[in-house]
Amino acid sequence: MHHLEIERLSAAYGQDPVLREVSLGIDKGEIVSLIGPSGSGKSTLLRVLVGLLPPSSGAVKLDGRPLDYKNRRQLKAARDRFAIVFQQYNLFQNMTALGNVIVAPIKVKGRPKREVEEEARALLAKVGLGDKLDAYPDQLSGGQQQRVAIARALALKPEILLLDEVTSALDPELVGEVLDAIRLLAADGMTMFIVSHEMGFVREISARVAFMADGRLVEIGKPEQIFDAPKEARTRDFVSRILRQ
Amino acid sequence: MSYTLQFGQVWPYLPYLAGGALVSLWLAFLAFMGGMVIGLLGAMGKTFGPPWLRSLIQGYVVFLTNTPQLVQIYFLYFALPDTGILLSSYQAVLVGMTLNAGAYLTEIQRAGFLSVRREELEAAETLGMSRLQSVRYVILPHIMRILFPPLSNQYILMTLGSSMAAIFGVEELTGRAFNVNAQTFRSIEVFSVTAGLYILLTLIASTLLALVGRQLFRARMRIV
Amino acid sequence: MLARMIEEAPAFFGYYNLIFLFQALLGTFLLSAVGCIVGGLAGFGLAVVRRTEGLGLLPPRLAALLFVEAFRRIPFLVTLMLTFFVFQMAGIGIPIFWIAVVSVCLIASAFIAEIVRGGLDSVHQNQWDAAAAMNMGYLMTLRLVIVPQAWKVILPPAFSFFILFIKDTALASQIGVMELTYAGKVLNNKGFSAGLVFGSILLLYFVLSYPLTRLGARMEARLAPSRDRTA
Repeated sequence: MHHLEIERLSAAYGQDPVLREVSLGIDKGEIVSLIGPSGSGKSTLLRVLVGLLPPSSGAVKLDGRPLDYKNRRQLKAARDRFAIVFQQYNLFQNMTALGNVIVAPIKVKGRPKREVEEEARALLAKVGLGDKLDAYPDQLSGGQQQRVAIARALALKPEILLLDEVTSALDPELVGEVLDAIRLLAADGMTMFIVSHEMGFVREISARVAFMADGRLVEIGKPEQIFDAPKEARTRDFVSRILRQ
Repeated sequence: MSYTLQFGQVWPYLPYLAGGALVSLWLAFLAFMGGMVIGLLGAMGKTFGPPWLRSLIQGYVVFLTNTPQLVQIYFLYFALPDTGILLSSYQAVLVGMTLNAGAYLTEIQRAGFLSVRREELEAAETLGMSRLQSVRYVILPHIMRILFPPLSNQYILMTLGSSMAAIFGVEELTGRAFNVNAQTFRSIEVFSVTAGLYILLTLIASTLLALVGRQLFRARMRIV
Repeated sequence: MLARMIEEAPAFFGYYNLIFLFQALLGTFLLSAVGCIVGGLAGFGLAVVRRTEGLGLLPPRLAALLFVEAFRRIPFLVTLMLTFFVFQMAGIGIPIFWIAVVSVCLIASAFIAEIVRGGLDSVHQNQWDAAAAMNMGYLMTLRLVIVPQAWKVILPPAFSFFILFIKDTALASQIGVMELTYAGKVLNNKGFSAGLVFGSILLLYFVLSYPLTRLGARMEARLAPSRDRTA
């Protein structure tokens, strides 16, 4: 049984379908990456998982049990088990780095402050921001903010971490530090679902890579397959254009 | 204490009240036009004039925007006669609203002037436009686009502000409401209907203005 | 006119009149302040209700929308009259001042609701997204994330409104509330020169309003730069 099972999931923004019957499964500790052209629905898939967009049909199952996103209690439960890091970091501007990391565990999960703070400090140190605990988001670089966002997501102790193009909004020289942070998490065995344009990184870190286009899952397989010997023409097309750069 | 709402007594007066709405609109319109002239002169004076003129205009603007329009009209109506100038109710209200509007419109138009950036003028110049052409094709359209929303808003505010003319006996919408109230004593019904008319009035006016603004001036306006 | 004004000035500025005017000034200020504080709280509540989502909350949301849109489009005088006559019909015998206060609160809450709504809207949607993904409820998100960021956008226009409102309270004079304009009418009826009376009233309003306007401008300048901070 897969840790996360997505079965023929479809979703739409109003009348525009953005996800068309996407199916895939992720095992515990597995890292699956999603690649594809803009507008292919990759980010949308993550947003549906975390409840920011309701699915129009299909199912999402965690440990075999389906999640009903229309049910408020189940939606909350779903959000408990996923944690998402956004492309635009989405840090709370009115809180420090430490503040951002501790707010949800304390206020939403009701955990004691001292405990949460200790963990938060450790997490921030782990992503290399131990000295920036009291900095506000507008005092941090993009890469630093993104690492705070990662720490914030981890503080929620998610089962599955969703990373939505977390380096796409960064200046090139800041990308590396964020990728390093993700590598650390991978080494810890975190189940991750990554949407990214960083093909080298994707190849290096993923157990499997999925290619999406026009809202559909076109092909999924090991990195070697997708990048070196894609089965689908569409995949081949995309990969060759990407690698040509 | 029991009181049954009897709107039936008020409906016959609806045409009369609706007529009052037109008076309100017209009153506000006249005052707005007068205020625009004052505002234009004031804005130009404040932007291009000598220091003494700027201070004078600033004084006018500051004083009229920090005091209530009602008291300004009271002053015109009750105090001016001492100097020999006798204004009727309508005249006092109109002059008062015009002077008051002039102060606000000076500021609005001044903001419009200031919004024209030097780059636009320079661009027009480099394209070979004469002064007159750059005014006609670059500055004016730009200013109209920027100014249309706040000017529309000011007009709507003035239409609502015309309500105080009732205090002086002018028969605009509120004034007529007082009359109907005096005749029927159905106060709540009368003033509810009047309130409804004002809401309708301003909704229609703002929608029309928004449409005009969008079509003619490409101004960014919210419909309602 | 000027000659008459100068002639009457000493009598006009006599002890009792000055006390009278001071009370009137207080009345104006209280009316505006109470209206804006209560209206501010109510307006905030209205704005929060308007931003809720979900079918269950549709009735209050609609009611809030109608309330705000209606009271922003009815002239102060008409609202005042309605409030006055409703209290009369209901047989509630409260002092005129409090009737005016109710009227003032109704109007202020509608306008401030719009200001607050604008402020809340100014906070980027991604703040809401991040909070939602972490299971923060609507009210918690407002309290911990949105309002701390929105208040800087809310305060300047809200303060401007307060200043504007001071002028609007002049209309309360029509039902006999003891505020500045009413005081003017009383003194004028007593026989003092209208120029002196209303000139002084205008001056008093000015003295009340202008310093606040300057304060508001300073506040706006101080808060504006922080609004432009882009990460």
